[in-house]
Amino acid sequence: MKGTIDFYLTQMKLAVIVQFQYPLANYFYMIGMIAEPVIYLVVWSTVAVQQGGSVGGYTPADFAAYYLVWILVRNMNIVLTPYAWEQYIQRGFLSMELLRPIHPLHGQLAYFSGWKFVVIVMWIPLAILLSFIFKPNLDPTAWQLILFFIALWGGYLMRFMLLWLLGMITFWTTRVSAIFELYFTLELLFSGRLVPLSLMPEWAQTVANLMPFKWAFGYPIELILGKLTLQQSLLGLGVQLFWTLLALFFVRLTWRAAMKKYSAVGA
Amino acid sequence: MIRFLKLLFAYFKIGSMNELQYRANFFLQIFQSLLALVVGVFGLALIFNQTATLAGWSPAELLAVMGVFFIMGGLIRVTIQPNMERLMSEIRDGTLDYTLTKPADAQVLVSIREVRIWQSVDIFMGFLVLVYALLQIGNGVSILDALAFAAALVMGGLMIYCFWLMITTGAFWVIRINQVVELFQGIYQAGRYPVGIYPGWIRILLTFLVPVAFAVTVPAESLTGRLTWQTLSLALALTVILMIVARLIWKFGLRSYGGASA
Repeated sequence: MKGTIDFYLTQMKLAVIVQFQYPLANYFYMIGMIAEPVIYLVVWSTVAVQQGGSVGGYTPADFAAYYLVWILVRNMNIVLTPYAWEQYIQRGFLSMELLRPIHPLHGQLAYFSGWKFVVIVMWIPLAILLSFIFKPNLDPTAWQLILFFIALWGGYLMRFMLLWLLGMITFWTTRVSAIFELYFTLELLFSGRLVPLSLMPEWAQTVANLMPFKWAFGYPIELILGKLTLQQSLLGLGVQLFWTLLALFFVRLTWRAAMKKYSAVGA
Repeated sequence: MIRFLKLLFAYFKIGSMNELQYRANFFLQIFQSLLALVVGVFGLALIFNQTATLAGWSPAELLAVMGVFFIMGGLIRVTIQPNMERLMSEIRDGTLDYTLTKPADAQVLVSIREVRIWQSVDIFMGFLVLVYALLQIGNGVSILDALAFAAALVMGGLMIYCFWLMITTGAFWVIRINQVVELFQGIYQAGRYPVGIYPGWIRILLTFLVPVAFAVTVPAESLTGRLTWQTLSLALALTVILMIVARLIWKFGLRSYGGASA
């Protein structure tokens, strides 16, 4: 147990050091990412103004708050892309990982967790700058702030497990990009990334509740915006835990089957 | 000029034959394009669920904008982007030498070598969306409108090309500019909506810094009865200026290219 904790801490420290070496690259990346929420923000603020000040319970200032937190959540949501598995398997990187006495999942999880601290630190100045331009309405209470912080990490953990599971399909077929594209499209539509879910028709909101996507994305944002009651907020954490454990269960199951199937290039 | 066209045709043929070997990618591309269409239409439906017009544009007119957005996006991914990505990596690796020693203009060569024909599915789909939108609007399109559209589309494409070339030329000095691809794709998404809806400073960025306005909004304006002769003239002037500036920057950048072994 102590060994595992040590491993995590070292790996996270490594990630922080590596990523701070390339502040410019990280910022370029973030700026490219800002374009998307700013577009949504402008469009929906225009709609809100046209409709006499608010739409679906959101004023332009609410939209500004939504999409500002969006940037942080989006970055926290970034995990190992399922497309990476093709390289891992094809080039035999995985074989190297398998020689270590610890499951490769730990290394990845720890590395990305460390990177998240860099992301949070870089988000702060960006958020301050954008606040001056778009004037968000963001005034969370203490419990909302605490639960938001937990939900932020919970969402990361959940999405990490889900995408690991998705990526492992690569063990069985190499024509995976169609499946991945479909997954990411559903995620875009039903996570609250495109638009706050309360602006969607009833049926779409029901679908979104049953799918995992919203719990990693829209839910933490709505939480800090004060759109949820304490009960709803706690329920959300429970749903995150449920999906994380479910995904983890299938990851373990699939991993065992995959290891029987896997033979590296050159083996 | 004839030599240029011959060269263009030869490279187009080689590039296409290369791509035609991978038939499965064609179906994958159709699938991806359809997903993009679903997301686009869904997004518009959400907006017009709440409001009747967006900054004076009707649903059908915004659909026309989306059609142009797909067409131009397809054009960029068929030719401009793959060529510029290849140029970026060749500058970094020093293998640009092989191109520079060829007996044709280097700028022409680096701009026409790659063609990803499967991406043209986007262009085709964009046209379908555009035609459908125009039928919905039902105002008819005169020959003059169509000509203006074609001219605006060509000029918009040229401006995007110049923008890409200038940015890519930056690799002669700073070497690593891979993130530029994501940066551009992010900003290009703004073209989904007419630039008129953006606040002033963003609109200026989208017009003169990254010419998304001229690439998408202006061609769409020509088909929805919004285009003025002033706008079209401005587009022409800007295209000429950008072509000259891009050429100068390219020439200047080449001078600081070291090559692989130098």
